[in-house]
Amino acid sequence: MATTYVGERLKRLEDPELIVGAGNYMDDITLPGMAHVAILHSPYAHARILSVDTSRATALPGVVAVFTGKDMEADTNALPCAWQAGSVTNNVNTPRPLAVDEVHFVGDPVAFVVAEDLYTARDALDLIEVEYEPLPTVVDAEQATQEGAPQLHENAPNNVCMHWTAGNQAGTDTAFDQAEVVVSQKLINQRLIPTAMETRGAIGSYNAGTDEYTLWLSSQAPHVHRLLLAAFVLNVPEHKIRVIAPDIGGGFGSKIFIYPDMAIVAWASRKLNRPMKWIEDRQENYLWTSHGRDHTTHAEIAGTRDGKITGLRAKTYANLGGYLSSIAPGIPTTLYGRMATGVYKIPNTFVEVFGVYTNTAPVDAYRGAGRPEATYLVERMVDRFAREIGMDPAEVRRKNFIQPEDFPYDNGLGMLPYDSGDYEKALNRALELVGYQELRQQQTEALAQGRYIGVGFSSYVEVCGVAPSAWIGLNGQGWGAGLWESANVKVHLTGKVVVTTGTAPHGQGHVTTFSQIVADELGIPIEDVVVQYGDTQGQPFGLGTYGSRSLAVGGTAIHRSVTKIKDKAKKIAAHLLEASEEDLVWQDGKFMVKGSPDAAKTIQELALAAHVGYSLPPGMEPFLDETTYHDPPNCTFPFGTHICVVEVDPETGKVEFLRYLAVDDVGNVINPLIVDGQLHGGIVQGMAQAMWEQGVYDESGQLVTGTLMDYAIPKASMVPNFELDRTVTPTDVNPFGAKGAGEAGTIASAPAVVNAVVDALKPFGITHLDMPLTPERLWRAIQEKRNQPSDSATAPTGGSHPPGDASTPASGAGA
Amino acid sequence: MATTHPITVTVNGKTHHNEVEPRLLLVHYIRDTLGLTGTHIGCNTSQCGACTIILDGEAVKSCTLFAVQANGSEALTIEGLAHDGQLHPLQQGFWEEHGLQCGYCTPGMIMSAYDLLQHNPDPSEPEIRHALEGNLCRCTGYQNIVKSVQHAARLMKSESLPDQGYETQEGHRPALVEGPEAVPSS
Ligand code: FES
Ligand code: FES
Repeated sequence: MATTYVGERLKRLEDPELIVGAGNYMDDITLPGMAHVAILHSPYAHARILSVDTSRATALPGVVAVFTGKDMEADTNALPCAWQAGSVTNNVNTPRPLAVDEVHFVGDPVAFVVAEDLYTARDALDLIEVEYEPLPTVVDAEQATQEGAPQLHENAPNNVCMHWTAGNQAGTDTAFDQAEVVVSQKLINQRLIPTAMETRGAIGSYNAGTDEYTLWLSSQAPHVHRLLLAAFVLNVPEHKIRVIAPDIGGGFGSKIFIYPDMAIVAWASRKLNRPMKWIEDRQENYLWTSHGRDHTTHAEIAGTRDGKITGLRAKTYANLGGYLSSIAPGIPTTLYGRMATGVYKIPNTFVEVFGVYTNTAPVDAYRGAGRPEATYLVERMVDRFAREIGMDPAEVRRKNFIQPEDFPYDNGLGMLPYDSGDYEKALNRALELVGYQELRQQQTEALAQGRYIGVGFSSYVEVCGVAPSAWIGLNGQGWGAGLWESANVKVHLTGKVVVTTGTAPHGQGHVTTFSQIVADELGIPIEDVVVQYGDTQGQPFGLGTYGSRSLAVGGTAIHRSVTKIKDKAKKIAAHLLEASEEDLVWQDGKFMVKGSPDAAKTIQELALAAHVGYSLPPGMEPFLDETTYHDPPNCTFPFGTHICVVEVDPETGKVEFLRYLAVDDVGNVINPLIVDGQLHGGIVQGMAQAMWEQGVYDESGQLVTGTLMDYAIPKASMVPNFELDRTVTPTDVNPFGAKGAGEAGTIASAPAVVNAVVDALKPFGITHLDMPLTPERLWRAIQEKRNQPSDSATAPTGGSHPPGDASTPASGAGA
Repeated sequence: MATTHPITVTVNGKTHHNEVEPRLLLVHYIRDTLGLTGTHIGCNTSQCGACTIILDGEAVKSCTLFAVQANGSEALTIEGLAHDGQLHPLQQGFWEEHGLQCGYCTPGMIMSAYDLLQHNPDPSEPEIRHALEGNLCRCTGYQNIVKSVQHAARLMKSESLPDQGYETQEGHRPALVEGPEAVPSS
């Protein structure tokens, strides 16, 4: 196949409308007669609802109606949890569209207002009077499991919603008993708040004539949203609902899930027989749109003095919030526990996970979803181990890598076999590019001048392209569906091609990437391809975009549809050219008779013939139109090594990034411009976890970091430039040899940054710091060591006041 | 109904006369009253910069002002940047350098960069990063946004702008972006 487009840094086809302000995001949609919805959220983290008085709100001019949980109770059910992994089945607790008797976190919806305009709707919220009886609260997962902790749900004693294990417990215990070296470390993988720049929204329109609903949703998976709303929540047949995902301003996982507002606008649009629009404000977004991570892990690593890792043991408390979000149980189990050994051959590993209810917002998949937590666990522990035995961290990594000849590799934790990899190659490339020997020398020289430079590694592998349905589904990992993907390809009479995909891009550039593939495969100009998505009407069912699966699974579905198109077109060509199929070759975008290039038909000519149907092989249906539902044979496993170089100012605790270098192996690349963009954005989200971001609740369950002022997402001035490079180890899981790039950066970067900062503070005897590495946290750790006489030999004394560093927001510092 | 006030605002060269409530935010006036939805809302509390426009020559966050405060003013929004199918150099820069992913922050980002390049036609990288501090982007990691602004600055300096408009002579066929080879050979 001649590749004109695949592999090129083609600029995006998506951009022309977005750069002129002509995008069509949720809040840009206006329907005739539309009313506005505002939702009242509980100010208590745990309380009984004694009464709700809506009379004053209803009386406000401009208010159409006010509804409470009791009003919706008869017509709607609780939202489903679609991934009941980890034996969670007996203690599933999911939210109703509006809480009826009890609220379980600050942000739980209690009532909603419908008004003629948004301002009035918001005014009316203040007039709803709710009487609550506050109940005791618990926000920390580990504490929530202790005897005597406040209980959230009757069916989940000690707030444990699941207890899950992976690996070999007896073997691991033995490995630790016999180990030369054991290092233990408590690791906090703090709560994060996804913070897509566009908040969520939902618009519902009901047609009383046809009894059909049209919903516009902030959705990474519109078909799934329709299915779940129909089958579980609204008691409406699936074919009576159409879901449209318009342009979406980022998601990072938070727009995969089903939320109460989706049911609210649908229900209210029917009740009041007019379109309903709800747009989340930023504070609401922080309060109730799903959060991510929030693990407390007691980790231990065992090994030999010469650097062989012999065992890994982890006990993790995963905070799942007040209710289970749509796929919450699968994240700390399948996507975390089963990836705990990372890129290393660790003979004995045991991971134990408690999924725990607390009085906080639900926690679910957030960019990387489980793999960042797994990578942080293993990469931090490998560094702790290297430090303990006094070996170079790069050397320890090299010594324990899974080797190229080990693939397909079974890690012993119930993960699918890793498809392909060459971990040492990526590490070597990174070491070479960063100039490792020199760098270590500079570090030593700098230290002699009282400067604290650190070098941090993260060698990662992740699982994406999820997933074979038979493995991920109910009989395997407990996912309540399949995870195949659909594609339809049509070649119209004029030769123009319409591709519909079940993926649901929201910034990833699928239109460009998929167009590149289709244009090359059919030998046509890229402007002759259009890619459609995000509408359940007229498009085959699709599972959506998350888990870096869109190219590996969705792209393959497109490729297979194009192959079917070409197979059919070849038969037509043979018929028209009066040749046998075996004598035809596909060359330069044409089927031609071998040896006689004049006897040839382009795909456009064949599409015309297929469309008019005047002369087709006997029995052949007209039109070139093929649909594929592709269920992948395996997941894909991208990998790489990131190296972060920092300097820490011990007087202020401030971290400066000197270099950040990433060598990623995502297999073959369709569009390097887009892949690099995904890596940049991904790296910054992981770096942000390491440095700045933390979702903090106080003891009463109030979200302290509930605005963009308090939750520190990075600004342009806070992050460095990144040096990107690649190795290419293709996979045979899909025809592109591509693995997936959407989450790799986030998965890799947090441990690289933390390892670098801890390395910089090695002279102070600091062996670990929990994220985020705010100046205050660093400064306090340094002060503490300076005040311990035995450790302060190499540590210069310095100032004793916490720095006031206005340029670096310190969310959750010291929390 | 609250009392309303008459206002006259010129947006993208077109003068509008409207009666507005005193509490109507300028961003809602632009988006809902005038229907110019290219200006986005990411927070409504002056933190994200998605709503940035140029008002009387200076970048402002339009969620920070009431519509009545813009009475008699001239505003420029993202919709007013391109002329006769010719993209503004900033729009070209963001396209060429992959300065956007989801595109939600982009209009505000471009308007802030517009303000920067007006005052400083040749900004250094730190100056660009500093100038864009009021504009949050969750997708790009900012590196390509910086490159986009540098690209625009270069275009604006060169006297003859290359013809890379929204609609090129070859139709919508996008140009290849220059850069390193697709993938290093393994
Ligand atoms: S919407 Fe105005 S600054 Fe965020
Ligand atoms: S491109 Fe998505 S927020 Fe900037």
